[in-house]
Amino acid sequence: MSLHPDYEAVIGLEVHAQLLTESKVFCSCSTAFGEAPNTNVCPICLGHPGVLPVLNEKAVEFALRMGLATHCRIAPRSWFARKNYFYPDLPKGYQISQYETPLCSEGWVEIELEDGTRKRIGIVRIHLEEDAGKSLHDQDPYHTLVDLNRCGVPLIEIVSAPDLRSPQEAVAYLMKIRQLVRYLGICDGNMEEGSLRCDANVSVRRRGEERLGTKTEIKNMNSFRFVERALAYEIERQIRLLEAGLPVVQQTLLWDAFRMETRPMRTKEQAHDYRYFPEPDLVPIRVTEDVLEAVRRTLPEMPEQRRERFMAQYGLPEYDARILTETRELADYYEATVAHTKNYKAASNWIMTQVLRVLNERSMPITAFPIEPERLAGLIALRDRDVLSSSAAQRIFEVMLEDRRDPETLARELNLLQVSDDAAIEPLVEAVLDEHPAEVQAYLRGKTGLLGFFIGQVMRASQGKANPQRTRELVLRKLQARAEIDGSAA
Amino acid sequence: MAVTMRDVEYIADLARLLFTEEEKRRLERELNRILEYVEKLNELDTTSVEPLRHVWELENRMRPDQVRRWISREEALRNAPAADSDYFRVPKVIE
Repeated sequence: MSLHPDYEAVIGLEVHAQLLTESKVFCSCSTAFGEAPNTNVCPICLGHPGVLPVLNEKAVEFALRMGLATHCRIAPRSWFARKNYFYPDLPKGYQISQYETPLCSEGWVEIELEDGTRKRIGIVRIHLEEDAGKSLHDQDPYHTLVDLNRCGVPLIEIVSAPDLRSPQEAVAYLMKIRQLVRYLGICDGNMEEGSLRCDANVSVRRRGEERLGTKTEIKNMNSFRFVERALAYEIERQIRLLEAGLPVVQQTLLWDAFRMETRPMRTKEQAHDYRYFPEPDLVPIRVTEDVLEAVRRTLPEMPEQRRERFMAQYGLPEYDARILTETRELADYYEATVAHTKNYKAASNWIMTQVLRVLNERSMPITAFPIEPERLAGLIALRDRDVLSSSAAQRIFEVMLEDRRDPETLARELNLLQVSDDAAIEPLVEAVLDEHPAEVQAYLRGKTGLLGFFIGQVMRASQGKANPQRTRELVLRKLQARAEIDGSAA
Repeated sequence: MAVTMRDVEYIADLARLLFTEEEKRRLERELNRILEYVEKLNELDTTSVEPLRHVWELENRMRPDQVRRWISREEALRNAPAADSDYFRVPKVIE
């Protein structure tokens, strides 16, 4: 997208992640997604007069996990604040959020660029807040319909520093955030369902220029592809304006996925004045060193550490280690497999090629994959014992997807076990050579191209079960022996 | 810093409230009086004082993450000015 090499983009992302708690952040309503409208509501999240919010301890723990995983400073004391604005999906007339004292601040994550180099992206802050409800504008011609099930679901807002320089970097950063929240088990990271949402602040400036250009904010990018396209479109639009000598107007834009363009939101004036003030109904969160230590103990091994360990412990190339540690579940599957086989590289190959292919074809998560790690290890063991050809192993893998029995039983039943035992192959070789004296003579006179013919005959005699490698060696050895007999007879 | 008529109108607009001219003038007077009163605090040097957000000293009042159902949808919608059987209904909001 470098149509304009003399400009650079400056991008910062605000990511909202819905926390995977059972209940809402300030009341005991369920957070379940996709339930009948307005069934998970109560007087607190409906904003009835006189009710009081009570903080969900799990939401705090989850926010702290993310703060620790992104190397943030954790505020020893932090308060909630009211962000005031009127919208029907926010019945109280304010959102409980955090303003001056975010729970976590000044952290960073590392992303990997296309050329393999790594870049550190600053995290300005991570704070805890509540989600709003959902408005439906297109169901009724005269009204907006409101579903408040989502109202009060806990969110963390993760604000990056303006360290991103291209749509590709923004996507890499967003994927890193998704990977982290999934590893931490605090958010399912589903952008289509809106459990991970992303707004972008973007401006452009001439390369070498220190000062930031006027920025616009883009909302409504609900997939990785849209984030990349919307940013590319907006960067291009801003550069065109500047090139034409026109100013960039600071405004909020919506990404229109149908028209593939950004366009201004039609909200009445965008001068938002949220009049934040300290939330009087909630007391501060105090995070002691003990609490932090307890949360630290719940942290899983993070993707980078796990990748490094896979390389060191299993001798895997970085490429393999990166793919296998992409999700915690896939990495768990790999480790469960290598608990039953020492052939670490073979396990990696099977998973990266065959397992991932099947998951992809069936849009299935690894946790639902029908071949258990132990059975995959069993298949690898059959190959290692040389009793299965690679094509036979492939066939058994396919059968194992539907048949829960162990691979050796299946191989025997399908008559695919390969004979590698010399004692079993030798008589077949002798028989073939005895049956073709003319060809043996021709071979011994120099027509070595006949080797393939002999091997083929032995394979056929074994009904394809003879190990081709062993067969080849034995045929050569027996021909050699006959040449010697021939020579001594002459 | 005195509150002007424009400030009153701006705040009223943000709060979606409509006042008569007379009410606005009264609010202008009252808001100025309140600010003058609070202004007294500026006579003290508070540079090294933490802002007081609460007058009580409680911290960490939290609840376990447990779901409890309180009310049905019918009950939830009963107090709404307008609703159908599933949703709250409000005047068309154009985004």
